[in-house]
Formats: sequence, structure tokens, C-alpha cells
Amino acid sequence: MERFEPRIVGFLCRWCSYAGADLAGTSRMTYPPNVYPIRVNCTGRIDPTFIIKALTQGADGVLIAGCHPGDCHYNKGNYNAFRRYLLLKKLLGQVGIDEARVRLEWISASEAEKFARVVKEMTETIRELGPLNWGKTG
Amino acid sequence: MENRIGVYICHCGTNIAGKLDIQELASFASKLEGVVVAREYKYMCSDPGQEMIKKDIKELGLNRIVVAACSPQMHEQTFRRVLNEAGLNPYLFQMANVREQDSWVTGDSKLATQKAARLIAAAVRRVSNHEPLQIKTFGVNPAALVVGGGITGIEAALRIADSGRRVYLVEKEPSIGGHMAQFDKTFPTLDCAACILTPKMSSVGVHPNIELLTYSEVEEFSGFAGNFKVKIKKKARYVDPEKCTSCGLCQEKCPVKVSSEFDCGLGMRKAIYTPFPQAVPNIPVIDTENCLFFTKGVCKVCQKVCPADAVKFDDKDEFVEVDVGAVIVSTGFDVFDPSVAAQYGYRRYDNVVTSLEFERMCNASGPTGGKILLKSGDTPKSLAILHCIGSRDENYHEYCSRICCMQSMKFAHLVREKLPNAKVYEFYIDLRAFGKGYEEFYKRVLNEDVIFIRGKGAEVTNFAETPEEEGKLIVRCEDTLLGSVLRVPVDMVVLSVALEPRRDSNKVAKTFLLSRSKDGFFLERHPKLAPVSTTNDGIYIAGVCQGPKDIPDSVAQGGAAAAEVLSLIDRGKVTTEPEIAVIDEKRCSACFVCIRACPFNAIKFDEDKNVAVVQEALCKACGVCVAACPSGAIKQQGFTDGQIYAEMEGILAI
Repeated sequence: MERFEPRIVGFLCRWCSYAGADLAGTSRMTYPPNVYPIRVNCTGRIDPTFIIKALTQGADGVLIAGCHPGDCHYNKGNYNAFRRYLLLKKLLGQVGIDEARVRLEWISASEAEKFARVVKEMTETIRELGPLNWGKTG
Repeated sequence: MENRIGVYICHCGTNIAGKLDIQELASFASKLEGVVVAREYKYMCSDPGQEMIKKDIKELGLNRIVVAACSPQMHEQTFRRVLNEAGLNPYLFQMANVREQDSWVTGDSKLATQKAARLIAAAVRRVSNHEPLQIKTFGVNPAALVVGGGITGIEAALRIADSGRRVYLVEKEPSIGGHMAQFDKTFPTLDCAACILTPKMSSVGVHPNIELLTYSEVEEFSGFAGNFKVKIKKKARYVDPEKCTSCGLCQEKCPVKVSSEFDCGLGMRKAIYTPFPQAVPNIPVIDTENCLFFTKGVCKVCQKVCPADAVKFDDKDEFVEVDVGAVIVSTGFDVFDPSVAAQYGYRRYDNVVTSLEFERMCNASGPTGGKILLKSGDTPKSLAILHCIGSRDENYHEYCSRICCMQSMKFAHLVREKLPNAKVYEFYIDLRAFGKGYEEFYKRVLNEDVIFIRGKGAEVTNFAETPEEEGKLIVRCEDTLLGSVLRVPVDMVVLSVALEPRRDSNKVAKTFLLSRSKDGFFLERHPKLAPVSTTNDGIYIAGVCQGPKDIPDSVAQGGAAAAEVLSLIDRGKVTTEPEIAVIDEKRCSACFVCIRACPFNAIKFDEDKNVAVVQEALCKACGVCVAACPSGAIKQQGFTDGQIYAEMEGILAI
């Protein structure tokens, strides 16, 4: 049987984490191709419905990555993202979705290595959890 | 109009083509919905690549473009320009990052090609939902506001005014000059502070381009970069500045004596007063809390003696409204009050003074005429100078105040000059002499018979243990070089106190929408690359209000902030962000969630229409309000829900 390749949607803020992911590229690091980046100006733009929508449409996981607390280009957008993330995790728990499928990380523009590590970890974790198949089973 | 999309896949030499199957991707892209043409080329960003896109836009009538190449952070602007040159709105464009986030990081070619296909599909679906975006332009008012008339604000105001621009300089106190006016000598050159400051103060006072508003405060502030509105309260002086000739007779005859703030309480002033003789403007104010007329309804001596008939008891606060394009906040600092640290005996023992009080004592025009005196009127035979009082102390302020080491050594030198036989002790943790000429000054003081003790003064007491200690102040300290506890009896203790954020910093921060760092000082946009900018365009910070610094650094920042202001004024225009938030008035339920969520106060409430309104020039395009709006009434241009969903579907559909 072919190995399960999870599909993970990655919402990356343009100032920190998207730039950090770019740096992983320019530094020629290697990490699994399972995270698909969607660039947003700020993690504060991420509506929890984006995440639910991604999971119901076939994503096996969602990564949210933004600037470290205090480093937000827009002062405090990442705090909004963090609060929404905590609430969403509670909700996902209620519907039986493993909380490891949605992950929030602070990744700065210089933390290419952290980005690569997070992608690796998340891919492995979700590969073990198996496909989500939400929206297809019911 | 039907979507006619062109997809362009870049080889980037072998950077992309070496890993991805470009032919397969081109054929895949050509079959996607709305795609009219899919091409590949060795270097899309090169001139022939750009020409290829322009030609297709014209000949095939393309109305949307996708480029699969490097990171958009690299070449998005390049390709937007291409669209613009071909007559297409530059925002009808999307980039798929198949280099930095695919070909360079993926080991397996097949998986990398699959990832690229999904990213291209996502970009095609997203661009199908793009709308043309417009950038708006606003003019810049060529006048500037400077808040705070210390050396930093003075420098900034003069720099801007000298270039021919109008400056409104607002100062809370009756005179400009700030803390520097209180100092005696300045380290390390030992220039007399007044000699270098007062000429600058006079220049400000007579400059045709500077409108000086002393004894005034900013009451209201609104607008955006290039177009701010400021309401300034001019507090009643009770002296007509037009008539007053600064003869000083009123101050001489006023019967009320109160302690002088300028002299840190060491000297007295009258109820009608100028803070110091070289004040600019040299127009007195009446202190209504102490004036006999205002407290008891009698006296009016000042009015009677004034030869110019300038005293007017019916004076009222006045409000002035001005429009400016840019603002510099240079509100300076307060000094740490060491009475909260009871171990140092400040206010308990007569001869424990702060560094600022000692400055006044050393100053030739100060309360003691420049003599260092004990409360009894005698001359001290020994002095201890304690560094880091309130700074580098986790109980008060963690930060280093940066000026105290040099200031303390300057004091030692002044004592040596004024009292050649007195013993001087410096109690320090580390000596930080980092500026130009500072280390040299330290060396000089080392050779001036000053006793340096490495150890922070722990306690000042008058509890004598030996006959020699009787009647003295005893400084207790652990000498960390000797590893022993010392008791040093002295006549006078000088506490080198920390520089602190102004006590009204919070109010100032609210007025000008500034952020504050952990230590309470105003926060710059970037600690290295944007030291005087703030996250709000058109608002700059300079001097100690941004963090402790000495006079050279404060002056440098004042100049830097002035340069920022002049650059904005000379640019002459400000543009809006393309990706700003837009509120659908019909769906707005007036819940105020977006107004509270906006980090830039860019959303105002329209009372008449009962809806929230985005002020386009203030919006920085973060999208926080969009995600927060419970009614779904706000959309972010260029990042609409529809566009993000489309991108997601592209990733997940195949």
C-alpha cells in the first residue's frame, strides 16, 4: 500500500512565518512537501471558519504560523489569532478531532529551521493519525 | 466578464526545472478552468519573460495572470508592474511559490511536482476571484507638531523650521529647556549646559517658522499621516505675553514664596514666576494654587507694580486648533523617586540628595549659587555617590539608565574642583563608559583621587557603631572586589537615580496611539532600523521618551525624527494600502467589535448612519477586524473570504 501523504493547509503570516519558510528554501533545507502555504498579511486575519472549512474539504491538518508575541507587524494581530485558536481547539475536541491536527506556532523570519522542524513533526504526527475524511463520511 | 487566465511557469534556470516536471505542469495548468494559455520559460522575470506576458495580455485578451516561480516576496512587485504596463490592474495577479517553498525544499521530484500542481491550481482559482484594486493618494500638510521642548524637541523643531517648514512646538511647562536646563556641566566635555542650551532656546523663541506654545498641552488628536488635526490647550498664564516686557518686577514684589520645582525644592520661587531666569519665553505665569488673590481674594501686588499693565486675573484657558502633516513626540522623562526605597534614607536624612538635586546645587545659578552645602550650611568633608538607584534593580527598573555612570563621575570631578580636600567615593556595580570620550573621562577621574568601590550601595544609615561614625551617614556596601562588607562614613550621599517614563506616559501614549515597551518607554517601530518611527505613519518619537539616553544621543534622535518628518513632507503624498478593509453598511450591526479589535484605531463609528466606517488612510491591511466581525460585514480587499476559500479548494481538490 502507498504511504499516506497527509495534506496540510498552512496559513502563514507574510512578515514572519512566510519569510521564515522562504528562508528554509534559500537555505536549501529539506522537509516534507505536505504543508501547502496560504499567505495572509497577519494571522489575525484567520477566521476559525477557514480552518473548519479546510478540514471539511479534505485537509488532514492545518498549521497556523505567525510572528512571535510582541513582534506582530500589526502590533497585536497574533494575539487575536492565539485567542481564536484556543477556542477553536475546544470546539474541535467536542466533535472528536484530535487536537494535533490543528497547530499554532510562532515562527520568525529567521527561524527557517523551526519552520522545517514543525512541518516534519506535524507531517509525521498526522501520518500516524491517518486521513481525517471529514465531510466524506457522513 | 469571463475570466481569461494566463499561467506562466518559470524554470528559474535549473532552480525549479531541475526538480519539477515543467512540461507536465504546463499541460496540467492549461486544462484548469478559465485558463486560456499556459506557458513555460527559462527566466520569467527577465525582459523576454515579461514581454511574453505583455504580448499575451494584448493578443489573447488575458485579464488575469498567474506566475509560478519564486516567492512573491521576491518578484510579486515585478510582475504587478508588468500587468500595469500592459494596461491591466496589477492586483489581477497571483503568484505560486514553487521555488522557495517547493523545488528547493522537497527531496522527491514527483512529490515536488504534485505540490507545484496544487499550488498552481490554488493560484488559478484564487485569481479567478480577484478584483481590480485602487490605491488612493492624499496630500501632506507641510507643517509639523513637536511635543516636548527639551533638548530633543528643540533640536527637532529647529531642524524642521530651518528647512522652511512651519513647526508648532508644544511644551507643558512655562518654559522650554527641559531637564538639560537644570544641569550644570555636561559630561565628558564639561561644557556648561546653559551655555550650549540657552542659545538654542533663544533661536526657537525668535524663529519665524516656529510657533511656540508653552504652558500648553495637546488635548485632542486625530487624523492620519499627512493630515492630522490637533487641539491644543493653552493654559491661562494670567500675564499678557504681548504686553509683558520681562522686567521681573512682579516676581520681585510678589509676597508669596513656595518651593521651586525647577530647583527640585532646594530653592524658593514666587507665586508669579518664570521657572528660571533664562526662560523662553521669558513671560511669568501665576501659580493659582498659591497666589493670594486666587486663594484668598486679596493682594494683586503684581498687577499694581507691573509697569506694562500685563497682569490679567481674568485670563482664561485658550484652545488652539492646528493642522499638521507629521508629529514628533519628545516628552522626555521623570527621575526615580528614591523615597520608595527606604534603605537609602532619602527624605529621612537631611543630607541624602538625588542626582538632579545635586545638579542644581552645583549649578552657578542654582539655589546655593554653585556651592555644595549640607543642610546645616556647612561644607561636606566627604561624599558618597551611589550608582544605579532604581535602575538595574529588579525591584524597580531592570534597565540601565545609561547616563548615571558618567553623571556620577562628572559629580566626582565637580566635587574635586569645588572642594579639593573632600573625600569622594563612587559605589558602582559596573562602570559603563561607552560613548565618545567617556572612557577617557573615566581615566581622568580615576587620577583625581576619587575612591571607586565596586559594589552597589546597599543601605544608608545614621546608626553609628564606632566613634568615627558619630554624626555621619554610613553607606553599607559589599565590596565585590575585596569580598567584604564595608561601612563608609560620609557627610553627604548623592543617589544617582534612574530615568523613568513620564508619569503621564499612558495619557500621551493614548493621545498619539503609541505603544509602550515593557519598561514603559514609547516603542519604536524597529529597535535597529526604524529607531524613531512608530507603527503609526507620520508619528515619530525621539529622545528619552523612547528610552534612557544621554544628550548627544537625544540630539541625534531629534535630528533623525526631523529628517523623517521632512522626508514625509517633501514626498508630498501618502498612499493607502491596497488591501484595506471595507465595511458593508447594510450588514453592520453596530456591535463595535471591529472598533475594539483594530490595532490602529482606523475604524470610527458613524453616529448618523449607525455603522462602523474604515478610515482608509489609517487602515494597515492586517485583516484583524474581518475575522472578528460577527456579521461578516467586513471584507479585506485582496484577501476576501472567497479568495482564500478558492485558494484552499485549489490545494484540496486534486
